[in-house]
Amino acid sequence: MPVTMTLLHDGRVDEISVADLARPTISPDQLESLLGWELKPEGLCQGYMCIPVDQDDLVGEDGLDLRVLADALQRPFVTDEKHAVASLGASHHDRGEALASLDAPDFTLPDLGGNLHSLSDERGKKVLLVAYASW
Amino acid sequence: MYEELADEGFTVITVGIERSPDDARPWIEKARPQHPSLIDIEHLVPDLYGMINVPTVVWIDEEGRIARPNDASFASNRFKLLTGLDSKRHLRRLRAWVRGEAPALTPSEVRKHQDLPTAADQEARAEFTLAWWLSREGHDEDAEPHYVRAGELAPHDITIRRGSMRTRGLNPMGLAFLKLAIRSVLTRNPLYRPLKDSP
Repeated sequence: MPVTMTLLHDGRVDEISVADLARPTISPDQLESLLGWELKPEGLCQGYMCIPVDQDDLVGEDGLDLRVLADALQRPFVTDEKHAVASLGASHHDRGEALASLDAPDFTLPDLGGNLHSLSDERGKKVLLVAYASW
Repeated sequence: MYEELADEGFTVITVGIERSPDDARPWIEKARPQHPSLIDIEHLVPDLYGMINVPTVVWIDEEGRIARPNDASFASNRFKLLTGLDSKRHLRRLRAWVRGEAPALTPSEVRKHQDLPTAADQEARAEFTLAWWLSREGHDEDAEPHYVRAGELAPHDITIRRGSMRTRGLNPMGLAFLKLAIRSVLTRNPLYRPLKDSP
């Protein structure tokens, strides 16, 4: 019997159906709709860009093995089987490359009133970005 | 600071790295800022910018380029004795940059001062995201091993270690933090990492 697993990724919370919590899988459809990758004969693809992957390891009866997928994308993948939840983090390679390009990563966050603001709204101004906390 | 320079094509964006908007509410309501004051309960900005403690400041120019990377700087000298950071230096520099009297850093200087995230840093963030979700779902006990694992993977990441203390029933101003601070001295992993450039 497949069970529902919560997948935390890219700031989102999605649900996937897995056959074995110890070996979570994702369907090719969800690979595309949730993660933005497509499985082709040449590997995992985003548009014309493809990453080679061992398809014998990746593709199983129940779907695509999320651990193999995460490895291929150099993204960390950790799970909690008891609560059927998994977290697919961002690749240090992607984060590092973005920062090294010196383009300030854009983000959209709410204020206290729930109004959303983006860094890119301030284009044309010099910005002092201050991260702080009450702790 | 903001009021003084707002007419010079400048703004401040503050991002509170908190458990909930309510943690930041008293601070924001007291300051009543005119600039965007945002709440980041998912630690998105620390993840995107590779921030490992607060306060961290970044200068971003008119084109959206990083003009000065992650730097530890407080708004006042209230904690100077503790942190060894002089906020006046940062404010003086910032003023000169905004007014066009002095350049920020060259791109190669920015690159040199950047501390890019490692695979372990990102795995720690993934564990933290998992723990955070479990806490919010009411599974504090089961979240704990994931907080611990995150701390082992990235012991220098204070946004994770101190930022999760209240949720874990620890006092971020008390013994738990003192232990963290002592450990950071012993392992020469400073809690606050100001940029080391010319005065």
